This record gives sequence, C-alpha cells and structure tokens, in this order.
Amino acid sequence: MVLHPLLIRLHGIVESAKQEFEQVSDTDALELWRVAYLGRSGKITLLLRTLSSLEPDERRIVGEETNRAKVALEHRLEERRETLKASEMALNLAADRIDVTLPGRPVALAPLHPITQVVREVCDAFVSMGFNVVEGPDVEWEYYNFDLLNIPRDHPARDMFDTFWVDWNDPTDQERRMLLRTHTSPVQARVMQRQDPPIRVIVPGQVYRYEAVDATHESQFTQIEGLVVDKGITFAHLKGTLYEFVRRVFGQERRVRFNCSYFPFVEPGAEMSIDCFVCRGDGCRVCKQAGWIEIMGAGMVHPTVLEGVGYDPSVYTGFAFGMGPERIAMLKYGIDDIRLFRSNDLRFLRQFRLAEVFGKKDSPSFFGGA
Amino acid sequence: MKVPISWIREYVDTQLSPKQLAHSLTMVGLESQTETIFDDGWDNICVAKVTGLQQHPNADRLTLATLDIGNENITVVCGAKNLLEGQRVVFAKPGARLIDPENGRHEVLKVVRIRGIESAGMICSKRELGLGEDHTGILILDKGAPTGAPLSDYMRDVVIETEPTTNRPDWLSVLGVAHEVAAITKGEVCEPESNYLEHGPAIQDRVIIRVEAPDLSPRYTASLITGIKIRPSPWWLQERLLKAGQKSINNIVDVTNYVMLEYGQPLHAFDYDLLEQSTILVRRGRFGETITTLDGELRELTPEMLVIADASRAIGLAGVIGGANTEITEGTTSVLLESAKFDAVNIRRTATALKIRTEASTRFERNINGDLASFALMRATHLIQELGGGQVAQGIIDLDNRGSRHDKVSLNIKRVEDVLGIRLSLKKAKGILSSLGFICEAADSKSILVTIPYWRSDIRIQDDLVEELARIYGYDNIPTRSLSQEIPTHQPQLMRTLSEQIKDLLSGVGMQETISYSLTSYEVLSSVDSFDLKNEPLQVSNPMTPERQYLRNSLSGNVLNTLTNNLRHEEFSVGLFEVGRIYIPHGDDLPSEHHMAVGVLWGNATGLSWAEDSRRIDFYDGKGVLETIFRMLGKEPHFQQAEAPIFHPGRTALVFIDDVKVGIVGEVHPEVLEAFHISSEEATVLFEVDLEALLPLVEGQDFRFTPFTRFPGAYRDLALVSNTEVPAAKLKEIIETHNLVQTATVFDVYTGSKVTKGERSLTFRVHFQSLKDTLNTETVNKAQEEILQKLEKEVGGQQR
Repeated sequence: MVLHPLLIRLHGIVESAKQEFEQVSDTDALELWRVAYLGRSGKITLLLRTLSSLEPDERRIVGEETNRAKVALEHRLEERRETLKASEMALNLAADRIDVTLPGRPVALAPLHPITQVVREVCDAFVSMGFNVVEGPDVEWEYYNFDLLNIPRDHPARDMFDTFWVDWNDPTDQERRMLLRTHTSPVQARVMQRQDPPIRVIVPGQVYRYEAVDATHESQFTQIEGLVVDKGITFAHLKGTLYEFVRRVFGQERRVRFNCSYFPFVEPGAEMSIDCFVCRGDGCRVCKQAGWIEIMGAGMVHPTVLEGVGYDPSVYTGFAFGMGPERIAMLKYGIDDIRLFRSNDLRFLRQFRLAEVFGKKDSPSFFGGA
Repeated sequence: MKVPISWIREYVDTQLSPKQLAHSLTMVGLESQTETIFDDGWDNICVAKVTGLQQHPNADRLTLATLDIGNENITVVCGAKNLLEGQRVVFAKPGARLIDPENGRHEVLKVVRIRGIESAGMICSKRELGLGEDHTGILILDKGAPTGAPLSDYMRDVVIETEPTTNRPDWLSVLGVAHEVAAITKGEVCEPESNYLEHGPAIQDRVIIRVEAPDLSPRYTASLITGIKIRPSPWWLQERLLKAGQKSINNIVDVTNYVMLEYGQPLHAFDYDLLEQSTILVRRGRFGETITTLDGELRELTPEMLVIADASRAIGLAGVIGGANTEITEGTTSVLLESAKFDAVNIRRTATALKIRTEASTRFERNINGDLASFALMRATHLIQELGGGQVAQGIIDLDNRGSRHDKVSLNIKRVEDVLGIRLSLKKAKGILSSLGFICEAADSKSILVTIPYWRSDIRIQDDLVEELARIYGYDNIPTRSLSQEIPTHQPQLMRTLSEQIKDLLSGVGMQETISYSLTSYEVLSSVDSFDLKNEPLQVSNPMTPERQYLRNSLSGNVLNTLTNNLRHEEFSVGLFEVGRIYIPHGDDLPSEHHMAVGVLWGNATGLSWAEDSRRIDFYDGKGVLETIFRMLGKEPHFQQAEAPIFHPGRTALVFIDDVKVGIVGEVHPEVLEAFHISSEEATVLFEVDLEALLPLVEGQDFRFTPFTRFPGAYRDLALVSNTEVPAAKLKEIIETHNLVQTATVFDVYTGSKVTKGERSLTFRVHFQSLKDTLNTETVNKAQEEILQKLEKEVGGQQR
C-alpha cells in the first residue's frame, strides 16, 4: 500500500507540530503555534482546503485522517492552554502577595458608656416582663423626694439621704424646698399621682448625695427603681419578679436571698442578695467572703405612701425596688473605684466593648480576671 | 453598735455560734458582723492571785509581791499602791509584749533588777495592757478570775458589730438585740434586776422638778441617791464597757452608760449638791444664755433648744450633752438621776444645729419609747446603790405628759395574706409576736389586739406587725410567685427612645459616650458663655466644691472639659459625646430639664493608619456626623452659615431640619480652646443638638417605601465656576430642582490660578433619571442645558 502523498504531508505537519508544541512555554507561544497549524491559514487548515480537488475516495480517506489529526492537536492545545493559564495565574497571584499582618483600614465604632449598657440590660429585662420605662426630673421638690415617701422633715431616716439643696429664689418658703433628688423613688410618687393602677414601671436616672467622695462613694450616681401596684400584689410577687430578673441578667443558675431591711417608704422592707457570681457562694474577695452580694433594696409599698397619692391601701398593694448600676458594674468587672465612671477617662471607657455588658452569663472565663 | 456575745448571753440562752447569730440577726433586719476581740497579743500574760506582800528592803515605795500563777509561785517587785493580798491581778512574764506607758510603744518585757532585787515579770496596769488610759495603779480583776489562766482566755470574746436601722432605737441596746435573739431561737429573755431599798425622806421633798416645755419633754423621771462614794467601777462593769467600746470613768457615770447600752435609754447623773435650790427646770433655752458642756465647749442656747436648768442657770442640753457645772466629780456624794423622753425632732435639730452627735442624741432622735424611762431609771438606781453605796430617796419623780397612748395595734390575719402572700394561722402569728415581746389578745376569730412592748417605738400600723411576722417567719420561707395580673398599657417614652438612638448612632460613627456631672463650676460655664447674669444657672446651697456648684445649663463646657482631661494622655485622635440633661431655671417652678446631645472631635480625622493619608479634623467632619445621624433619623439637615459665641466666626453653621433650628456645629473659637487648655493650632470641632427641638420633627414620621425605576439613568460631571460667595448648597439646590435630576453631589472644589480670583470651581456628579423611560443622550443634553441656563441666571454660574 502506498500512502497518499497528502497523508505523507500530513504526517510531516503533525510531526513538526508535535515537536514545536514541546517548545511552547507560555500562552503567547501557544497562540503562535495555534495560528501556525490550526489558524485560518495554518498548515492543517490549508491542507484541508486542498481536499476538494481530490477524488471522493481519496478525499474521504485523507479527510478523515486529517480531521483526526486536527482534533488531536486541538485537544493538546486546550489542555496546554488550561495548564499554562493556571500556572500563569498562580504566578501573578504570587506576585500580588501582601502582608496580612498590617492593620486593617480604620473603621469607626466606639462602645457606649458602661452605665448606659447596664441600664439598658436591666431595663430590657423588666420591659420584657411588661414594665414601662419612665423617667423623672433630677431637680425635685422636697415633697416628692421625702414627704410623700414617708420621710418627714427631721426624721432620722433622712440621714440615709444626705441632700444637695438647690439655692432657689425663695428660700423663705420652707414648704417648697428644691433639691437634687437623692434617689429615683420620687418618680414612684409622680407616676402614682398621674395614673391609676395597674402600674409596672422601671425608672432609670441620675441621683445625687451630699457625701464625701471616695473610691466607694460618689456625689452623683445612677439608680434604677421599679414599682408595681395592683390588686392582689404580695411579697411573693416581689420575690418572684426580682428572682426572674436575676435569672435573666445574672444567669439562670443564680440563687437569691432576701433579708429584712428598712426603707421608710416600704413595709415590710427587704434587701436582696445574689450568690456571688465569681465564687458561686464559696466566699471570695468580691463578696468579701460572704458568698452573697447585696444588689438591691426592695419592699412592699408603705400604706402611707399609697394614701399620700390617693390610692386606697386596703384595695391596692404594691412593691418597689431599687438598685445601683455602678455597683453592679463594679462587682461584675472588678472596678475598684466608683469615680472612674464619671472620670470619662477614655482608657477606662474603651474597655467596655462587649455588645452587651452582661453578654456571657455563668461563664467562668468571662469573670476570669475578677 | 458593738454588742459582746457574753453580754447578750446574760439575758438569753442561745446555742447559736456567733457567726450563726450574726447571720440570723442580719436576716431579720439587723445587719451584723462578728469580730473576735482580745484574741492575741497577750502571750506570757496571765491571771495571778496575790498571796503575799512584803516591803522592798531597799525602797520605801516598792513592794515585793508573791503571786500564785497557777502552777508556781513567783515574787516580783511592784510599785503600785492599790495592791492588796487576795486580789486577782494581771501578771506578765518575761517575754511578754507590753505597752510602755511613757511612749506608747510595744516593748518586750525582760528580767530586771530593781534596787538590788531581781524581778522576773511584772504586775500590769490597764495602760500597759492597752485596756485603757489608767496607769495610777495596777488593774484589779474580779475575785472570780481563774488563777493562772492566760489573759487572752479570760478576756477573749466575740463582739457582734451591728448597724441598726434608724427605725429601731431598741437595737441600740443589748436587751433589744437579746429580744431579737430570743425570737429567732424561740428562747426567752431574762430581764435584769432593778430592785433596791429606799431610805429616808421622799424624793418629792428633796427636789423640785418642773417641766415647762411639756411638748418637748413628754416624760421626765428622776431618782435621788445620797451618801454615795465615787470610785472606779468593778472590773466586770469596766470590762463590759470596754468590750462595747466605751471608756470607764467612775462608778456613777459608768452606770448611766451601762444602762444606756443595756436598755437603750440615755440617762444623766447630776451632782445633787450643785443644783441651785435643789431645782430642775425642763425649759426652752433663752436668748443670750450659754452653757459649758461636758466636752468643754461653751455653747449658745436659743429658745429652739430644750434645756435642763436649775433655779438660776442651764445645767444640761436635754438629751444631747450635760453641763460641766453639775458634773459628777470625785467629791460628789449625792446624785440626781434623770431618765426621760425628749421630743425626737427637737433633739435632732439641736444636735444638728450644734454639730454634736452623742450616744444620747442618737437614741433620742430615733424616738425611743417613753415607757422605757422608768425601767431604765430603776435599773440604774439599783446599780448605783450596789456599786456606790448610799441611800435611795423614797419614790421617783415621774412627770408624764404623753397624753393618750398608742400602744395597741390590731391585726387582721387576712392582711398577712394580702401583703405577704402566705396563709398564717392566728396561732402561729401569736406565737411569733409573743416571742418578740408583744402581748396578744384575741379580738375575734380573724384578728388579734396586740400590745406593743415598752422597748419598741416603730410599730404604728397593722403592716408593721405584718413585717414582724414576715421577718421572723423568714423572708426565705415566703414563696416566689410570677406576676399574673394584667399587663399595663404600654406608654412610649419618646425622649428616652430618641436619646438612646442618638447614642447608638454617635457610637456607630466612632464617638465614645461619656457621662459627666450635672453640677459644674462657674469657670466652666462662663468659658462656654453660659453664665448669663440675668438668668443665672441654678446652684446648690451646699456645694462640696466650687467645681460642682452650678447645675449645668449647657453641656458644651463639660464635654470640652472631658476632652481636656483626656488630652493628658491622648495625642492622636479623640471623638466623644454626651447625651444628657441641662437645667434651665423656670421661675417658681422646677427647672426645665432639657435633653441635649453634644459631641467634640479633635485630632486626626482618619485614625492612625499606614493606609490612609493623615488629615486633621475640621468643620466638615462634624457636619458629616450630623448629616449621617439625621439621615438615619429620616431627615435631611440644612446648614446655615452663622456666628455664635464660643465658635469660630467663619466656620460655624446652624443646623435646621424642616426650617426648625435643632443645633449648631462649628470649630471652637481659639479663645475658648485656650480657656480649656486645648491647643488652638488645630481645629477642635464641637456640635450641639437640642433633642427637645428635634423630637417633634422626627417622631411619628410616615415612612413609605419608594419604588425605584428599572430604567437606566445617566451620570454627568458638571464643573461649575461661580463666585465664592455662592453657597455650594445653593448650586446643588438649583441642579436638583430639575425634574430629571435625582441627586447632585459635589466631589471636587477648586480655587486657584485656573479660575478668576474670587471665584471657585465646584464639580458635581449629577444623576439624571427618568421614571418613565430610558434616557437618551439628547434628553440629557437638553436637561443639562436647562440646568446651566438656570444656574447662570440665578447665581451667575458658568460651566468650566
């Protein structure tokens, strides 16, 4: 059998194409190779064009053979193109390498004051129990701050509330003395005067004490007050509500303890402690070895207070409570000086970055440093 | 108050440990902690019995004392004159640490030779042991002191440190605490002895006592003891006072203090022989009258003060402090003993006015029960007779002006359930109340009539009894219950919501929230031009310091102050804000409390970064913050060039929303910066937002989603040259009034050689958009032409 001369030519072209292909090392050379053999005037293409002048038999044989060779070369081309592209991209990417340890571009975001964070957390817990958040004036009448709360003038209980008096234009009018509220409790009286039961309010606010300032005493601090008044409210509700609050804010496993105490505007009066969240009751520095931390004053609203705002104490009963966010924050974060809260030192404020101050509850690592 | 456990145990038998006792007392309302006293520091010191006394052979004033110290007899040299055979004394062996009475320092005792005789140890005085000031003689213990026992074992005690609440004057007494212990432990209180023999003429024949101010002295009782001998108190009494933190003076004064601690009733002893005309008048002070009180102070009296006087002069400030002129001295032989109830409010006012708080005034101002007076009087009389000898005149004086008495309260058992949420049987209630000393009589099947014990003054209404039941029943035994009542209607607090939102937005743009004091100084307020003499800010009449004297009527000073304080340690970039109240005087009413948001930006605008070009803060950073937060609140702010105090005259703008002024933003005036010690070389930007003005503008906005078109828009950049006086906002407004323009945003500002002096070029990127169809080039060209014409016509603007 004698090979058709065109097939011999084909063979020669394929051989040289293969040889040249081996030399191809980048996409540019590959393109040149493609043009030389498979392009519009490439050697294979030209060869195929000459087929039309052949006899049908010859055309079929040579045509099939040539097409087969073309497909094989195209296949090689594609394969090589892929690998070359990949290795070239890898090379380019490698050249684009950066130092990822350089800091990112600054995006501005600053935390809120820790007191704001604590107040929100506490209020939110009560709001979810149906309480309304209410505020009242910082500058108050003595009447609301004391008299309506069963703390008459010259009563020794006033020793608990050293007062800043406001120098007002009519100091001779002894019946209307103005002061900086010593607690958020006057808002209780204002709320009850304004509306009828049922009442469930939570009252955050600034309070003021005429008190020598040191690491544990401030002349201005924050308080959160609560008040519930309705028919059938009992001390058991006081306990249940505050216990629920503690579980929400300090963790499900917290235990609470109530002991008797005295505040003139409640009867019976109580203080609530929680088992120490650092040592869980074993005794440590934070709880002063007691295992318990007092966090709140509370009690059943005194009948005299209810009468004073026009409620019938034989029909309505209620409970009130109050706590200090600074104290809570100090205990939680091991802050040893209450003055830091209003020092507004950025080195202090910037530390409180957690989205929620009480974010992680019952997590030992969270309090690891305390 | 310091309450030694050993003293409590005299009245009530309890098996509870001191710690348990303190815990139980705390739970029932008397906050208590324990402290062990005389526990250490007395090594090599013991109780000794004096078995023999001999004259020192070489010194007249010295004695050789032979002591039994339990396992041995020892002879030491002693110089004290009060040493007698048979006494129990305190003996220190060599090696003991004693206080040198001369210099107050601790010294280790060594064997010494005194006048040729070796003395291996010494007999101690109170001062050497740290038990008191007395060094005139050695300390003589009671006969029952166990020979040889280490002094620590003999003296050791646990003191319960209590913090009585102001409603419970009875807790300022050992008996009062004992009554609580009895209730807690279901024990019984054994009251102290108070009987005595009466001799001689009746007291009424020996003294005249008149109460001329019965309103201030509801009850006055007195007894008279003559022929007494003043001497040191026996050791048991001294020891009790010592452990309770009181000094021992002499037997009479000690008895008054002892009974005060025991019963909570202050007593006073007058030297009877010094009373002019044997008269006591309980009256108001007189103008010009003075008295030298026991503390040596000369005090001026006023008619507001209640005074104890004799026929010619004041001899005591009733219920507060006695007078020096009738003080018990070593020469006193007759004592008139006073036990009274004085008006609580008056005592408090007098003590406050004279700035003296005494053990007596602290008890009187807490309103002790008037019944207590005679109980304490008789107890003290009993003790004086026992310790001072003497004869008690017959009877006592008892001037009782209390009128009708309120010593019974009725209790309906239903009320217990209503308040506490527990069902208590009448029997159980009676049991608890009886254990506290209340006497209960049945009134009907559901209620009892309760008589208040003579030592309690805090029980007035039924709910007070409910508390008694609750605290002894145990707060921990009351169940917990969830609120099941109807949830009250929600009441939105818009100002609070807005304030909190502003805080979130400002912290979201990287500014740190701060909270400063509401009280500030004249300097701070005047530095920010907020001290208007015509409308002065309110001030407190009793400021702690001038730095906190005025109620701020502006927040800017505080915020700048906060910046100043932080610049001591910050050097790169500071952005901080405060959302708080300012206080605007409001005539006869409370000030209006205005909510403000004030922020300050200082330093580098971009943050310290390798990736950004460093740039200092300027006006536009503050403006950008306000634009961002107002847009987030759904409102587009407008800024109007303005001059305002404390701000740079050319770099300040008033901020308007819907034509209402809501704030100001600007670079702070260099003079103001200097007042706050902030460098004026670089800009400090301050903004104030009046939340009261803002609230009505942002609340209740009827927000609706706006559909956006599918048709593509076109963007064109327009460089416009106009006079620098033409505000950029005006150009923007003109461009945006065209109905095909969505927005026009300046992104380049140029002044320089390529434009005429006095003009500038502003380049806007204009977003053309039709809601109806796709814009073609001709339409956009036409629109642009219209805009340019309008610009030229209205502000003389030209395309560059």
